[in-house]
Amino acid sequence: MRLYELSFYEIESFFYKLAELRDILKDENLLTISPILEKGDVVQGTSMVRHAFPIFQKGGVVMDVTNVTQAQIAEDAGATAVMVLDKLPYDVRKSGGVARMADPKIIEEVMNSITIPVMAKVRIGHYYEAKVLEALGVDMIDESEVLTPADEEHHINKWEFKVPFVNGARSLGEALRRISEGASMIRTKGEAGTGNVSEAVKHMKIINNEIAQLVSMNEEDRLKKSRELQVPYQLVELTVKLKRLPVVNFAAGGIATPADAALMMWLGADGVFVGSGIFKSSDPDMRAKAVVLATANWEDPEIVLEAQKMISESKSMMGIDIKSLKPEELLQIRGS
Amino acid sequence: MKIGILAYQGSFEEHALQLKRAMIKLNVSGDILPVKKTGDLKQVDGLIIPGGESTTIGIIAQKLGVLDDLKSKITEGTPVLGTCAGAIMLAKDVTDAKVSKKSQPLIGEMNIQVIRNYYGRQRESFEATLDFSVIGGGKGRVVFIRAPAIVKTWGEAKSLITLQGVTVMAEERNMIATTFHPELSNTTIVHEYFLDHVKR
Repeated sequence: MRLYELSFYEIESFFYKLAELRDILKDENLLTISPILEKGDVVQGTSMVRHAFPIFQKGGVVMDVTNVTQAQIAEDAGATAVMVLDKLPYDVRKSGGVARMADPKIIEEVMNSITIPVMAKVRIGHYYEAKVLEALGVDMIDESEVLTPADEEHHINKWEFKVPFVNGARSLGEALRRISEGASMIRTKGEAGTGNVSEAVKHMKIINNEIAQLVSMNEEDRLKKSRELQVPYQLVELTVKLKRLPVVNFAAGGIATPADAALMMWLGADGVFVGSGIFKSSDPDMRAKAVVLATANWEDPEIVLEAQKMISESKSMMGIDIKSLKPEELLQIRGS
Repeated sequence: MKIGILAYQGSFEEHALQLKRAMIKLNVSGDILPVKKTGDLKQVDGLIIPGGESTTIGIIAQKLGVLDDLKSKITEGTPVLGTCAGAIMLAKDVTDAKVSKKSQPLIGEMNIQVIRNYYGRQRESFEATLDFSVIGGGKGRVVFIRAPAIVKTWGEAKSLITLQGVTVMAEERNMIATTFHPELSNTTIVHEYFLDHVKR
C-alpha cells in the first residue's frame, strides 16, 4: 500500500492554482474549492468531482465490450467499469476504414443493464462525439488513438466538459499535456489489439524514468523541462512532490493474461484496461475473473499463480508481434 | 492499535493517508495494514472498507475466503468504517436505482437500506459542504461520486448526518457508514471519530 505525501484535497488545490491561470473556468465555477462555496451548496462537474471518479477505479480492471452480453460477463467477473466500443481493437486493426464512436443505442443498452460505470471512446479531437456522449450520460470518455483521429493537430479541451476524460500517453510529456488539457486519468498507450504487452511495458518504464529524472533535477532545470514539455510549471512541481503522475494512471495495450496485468501493476500502474485480450480469447468468462483477481492481488505471486491456473494458454488470443507491423499500422503514434 | 484497510480495489491509499493524519492529530500511535488475505485480519483492532466498486470488492473477498471472516470480525464487535462501496457492503438491504435487484456478495450486518447510484451517474456526482458538529467537527467539503443513499435505518442503526433530508452518515454499535468520501475531504473528522470508536 503506497502512502503519498499529499492528500487528494491538497492535489486538488494545485489544480486550483492552474485554474487561476484559466480565468474562464473559474468564472464558470468548473474549478472550485471550498473557500468559494459555503453552506450546503451542491455543485456538479467540478475539477474535484472529475478527478475523484478514477480514484474508485484503482486496483481494478476496465474491460472493452461491444454488447450487453459481454458487459454482463465483465460485471459478473468483477470489472470496475466497461468501455463500450463498436469493434474490439483487434477487429479495428483487421477491418481498416474509419473507426468512430460506438452506436449510442448500444451504449444506452449497456448503461441500462449493468450497475458499474460505463465508458466510451471518441476520436482524438472530436469535440462533438464527446458532446454527444456527455449528453448520453456516459461515466467517462476515452479520447482514444484506437479510433481514427478527427483532428491531426489538437486534442479536445477537456476543461469544457463535466464528464471526466481518460487519455493515452507514451511519455511524461504526453501525459502532462493531456492532464493540463483537463484529462482526469491517463492510460499508457501500449499497442492495442496485439495481445503483446511489450509496448505497454515500454511506455510505463519511460514515464517512470522521466519522473525519476525530474525528481533529481534542480528548480532551474525543471523550469526548462516544463517549457520543453509545453506544460505549466505547477504541474511539473506537483509531479515532483508526488513522485508519480498527479492523476490515476492505468496500463493498457496488449494485456492478455493475469500475469500481464500483474506485471503492469508491479511497474506502478494503478489498474489496467483489457481490450481484445478477453473477448478474443476462447475462455472469456474465466479469463475475465482471473485478470480481476490478479490485478487486485498483484503483490502476491501465489494468488497470481492461482489466477494464471484459471485460464489456459492454448485459449489465449493469438497475438501479433509488434515487429511484424508496418510503422503506419501502429495505433500508438496517433496524437502526441 | 492496528487498523486494517480492505485493499483490493478503490480508495484504500487515500484512506491510509487520511487515517495516518487523524492518528497524528489525536496523538495515538498505531499501524495501518492492508487486508487482503484471511490471515491479515487476525490482529486488527479496527477495519476500513473503502470506496470503489462494491461488486468487485465483494467478488474478490468471497473468492479469497475473506468475506466470512470480515462478517464474523464485525459481529464480534470490531469497529468498522465503510465508505460508499463500503457502506453498500455493510448494509442488510441493497437495491439499485435503475437496474433491478442483483445478487452480489455482501457483509450485510448493518440495519440500513441502501440504494446504489441513488443520485444518478457520474454526470450527477457532486461536491457539497457537510456539517460535522454531531461528531465534534466543523464544516467540511466532501465529494459524492456515483453515490448511494441510506434511505432507511431500523433497529439500533441511527442516522447521524443528512444532506437535503437524505442520510449520508449512519451508525450502529461498532459500524459507521458514509455515502460520501471522507478520505477525499479537507477534514479528517470522520477518521478521528472512527479512531475514537477503536479506542473505546
